[in-house]
Amino acid sequence: MEYPMIEVKDLQTSFRTDTGEIPVVNSVSFHLEPGEVLGIVGESGCGKSVTSLSIMGLVPTNTGKVQGKIQFKGENLATASEARMRKIRGNEIAMIFQEPMTSLNPLFTIGEQLTESLRIHRKWNKKQARARAIEMMKLVGLGRAEALMDEYPHQLSGGMRQRVMIAMAMICEPELLIADEPTTALDVTIQAQILELMKKLNRETNTAIMMITHDLGVVAEMCQRMVVMYAGKIVEEGDVSTVFQSPKHPYTVGLIQSVPDMREKKERLYSIPGQVPKPGSQKLGCQFAPRCTHAMDRCLSEAPPLQPFNNGQKVRCWLYGDGKGADIYDSAISSS
Amino acid sequence: MTQPLVQVENLKMHFPIKGGILGKTVGSVKAVDGISFSIKKGETLGLVGESGCGKSTTGRMILRLLEPSDGTIYFEGRDITKLSTNEMRKTRSEMQMVFQDPFASLNPRHTIGKILEEPLIVHGVKDRQGRKQRVQELLEVVGLSSYHASRYPHQFSGGQRQRIGIARALAINPKLIIADEPVSALDVSIQSQVLNLLQDLQKEYGLTYLFIAHDLGVVRHISDRVGVMYLGQLVEISESEDLYRNPLHPYTQALLSAVPIPDVTYKQERVILQGDVPSPVNPPKGCPFHTRCPKAMEQCSNIRPELKELEQGHHVACHLYD
Ligand SMILES: Nc1ncnc2c1ncn2[C@@H]1O[C@H](COP(=O)(O)OP(=O)(O)OP(=O)(O)O)[C@@H](O)[C@H]1O
Ligand SMILES: Nc1ncnc2c1ncn2[C@@H]1O[C@H](COP(=O)(O)OP(=O)(O)OP(=O)(O)O)[C@@H](O)[C@H]1O
Ligand code: SF4
Ligand code: SF4
Ligand SMILES: [Mg+2]
Ligand SMILES: [Mg+2]
Repeated sequence: MEYPMIEVKDLQTSFRTDTGEIPVVNSVSFHLEPGEVLGIVGESGCGKSVTSLSIMGLVPTNTGKVQGKIQFKGENLATASEARMRKIRGNEIAMIFQEPMTSLNPLFTIGEQLTESLRIHRKWNKKQARARAIEMMKLVGLGRAEALMDEYPHQLSGGMRQRVMIAMAMICEPELLIADEPTTALDVTIQAQILELMKKLNRETNTAIMMITHDLGVVAEMCQRMVVMYAGKIVEEGDVSTVFQSPKHPYTVGLIQSVPDMREKKERLYSIPGQVPKPGSQKLGCQFAPRCTHAMDRCLSEAPPLQPFNNGQKVRCWLYGDGKGADIYDSAISSS
Repeated sequence: MTQPLVQVENLKMHFPIKGGILGKTVGSVKAVDGISFSIKKGETLGLVGESGCGKSTTGRMILRLLEPSDGTIYFEGRDITKLSTNEMRKTRSEMQMVFQDPFASLNPRHTIGKILEEPLIVHGVKDRQGRKQRVQELLEVVGLSSYHASRYPHQFSGGQRQRIGIARALAINPKLIIADEPVSALDVSIQSQVLNLLQDLQKEYGLTYLFIAHDLGVVRHISDRVGVMYLGQLVEISESEDLYRNPLHPYTQALLSAVPIPDVTYKQERVILQGDVPSPVNPPKGCPFHTRCPKAMEQCSNIRPELKELEQGHHVACHLYD
């Protein structure tokens, strides 16, 4: 039987807080094929990072709870032992974290950290590993690679540390690379360099990439498929070209229209009224209802399911219950 | 020609680097190294460039939160670098700043009402009732409600906090607002709310903005003119439409080409630069961009190109146009 490389099914991650157990990722399902680049977008706090931490087995076990299935090449990572996860992390699945400082160890040199996975997982000798690490640093645009090998994280600028992280994640040529806002802290000319490098890795080693970002430009450029999350749930999924050209969920429509386009000046930007709800604050109905200009009575009482369309697009919205409202994007752009 | 609201000439900020046990000055960070530009009344000048190129330092010097090492700043035709502390206090009330993270600058123990009242007190609004009324007004202007006055900063979302930061900047009717990355920390959907608010306020009160940001889409949207900085220098400045349609400086060209466009049908010709931005402690001789410039020529590493007007209102500092 053929498995997708990774299949996340009904992932539910919650945290214990003063006000009870709050699910921040709520029945999330998606999959990735080898070599595929999947984009995950959504507003701050919608659960993108927690989704990736769940896959990596890095949700703190004292307050967090991960339920559901995370099938990686047929093995359920949600129930894998910590020892098993340690073998997988940094080797078969690597991650670039949103906060580089939390994942570089201040006590070890850049060189020690970069060569560690090659030496442990690949059993390379010191010299081989060092040569490869230097090569990788040059690839991510770190000029003084040899000298940097013997420096400590605090001696590097934020952008340089981020690039060390990227080099570290890519050095073992993982089968799956989870990149959580990998370039957000970087300048655009450096970002362009890194994205180019990730494309190259994807092409040459068939690494699948899960690209978490708030930048729709990065998604358009890098990804084949995309998932849009809102308040812990997937609200839309589909091929990038389909979702960009005919977004269906009112949130996706609003998001795409809100972005100022560098190529032309709009008189006025579209803006989605209101703000993202606090996790767990709204129990009934569609989570987007308080901000949705299309909301109906039903939206306030019943949570809509994620419905598949023939073209592979999936949408979580009652507008599409009876085929109505299928052109909200067209009417939105023609009225703006 | 009418007088610009702000005009800076050959502005410099060299931060001394102290070293050794005696704390002697061993060098300097040339954060801003001789820039000149002006901002007309009622317009928005966008300032872009990569991290560390001196954008914030420029803004802070205009407000004189930093004393420039050299150069002149005219505000309504007056040289404000020579004003006494007392005179400067008056002038400063006409210029205000909006920061990237308003949370850091809002006192967590004060209510929003108190936070907004403070600049009124500082600038001598004596009538207590009048102050209360002004606070209500300000809240409404930025799209909040009067009941928000009794709440504390942590009870607001990022977008709302940015509105409070804007309300505070507006409290004493400034002429100039320096907005330093005012929407960078916000989600796209919230970002557009704040940008729209800034535009509405500008129309309503005839405000002048210096808008500092690294997001080139946002800058195009909001700006009438745009200046591009690189390593402490202004390398290009022109009408916004001109700059985006016809960038002249190789750095501006690379910068614009590097921005990922949210459109799947669009294929971008990209200039990928090699190497890092050099250190402002040791800026390269000649053109500051020559170490990364794909078009660098021999004279670029020796002679610093001057900012010259090449076309009507379009200034560029590059030897390609000598
Ligand atoms: N360890 C934790 N304990 C309690 N709540 C948490 C924890 N980690 C995350 N959360 C909450 O889970 C929600 C989802 O957080 P997450 O970091 O996944 O958001 P995100 O989509 O990555 O946002 P951003 O774009 O800001 O990075 C947030 O409300 C966050 O406050
Ligand atoms: N008080 C200071 N002392 C010494 N150096 C400083 C000081 N403030 C800023 N610098 C340096 O001056 C240079 C310009 O900094 P500035 O904050 O103006 O850059 P910026 O363009 O605003 O960057 P960013 O986009 O990262 O905000 C940087 O190299 C910075 O490290
Ligand atoms: S289900 Fe209703 S409230 Fe939710 S997005 Fe669709 S129309 Fe809007
Ligand atoms: S002056 Fe020379 S190095 Fe500088 S931007 Fe122009 S061509 Fe490039
Ligand atoms: Mg995150
Ligand atoms: Mg700055």
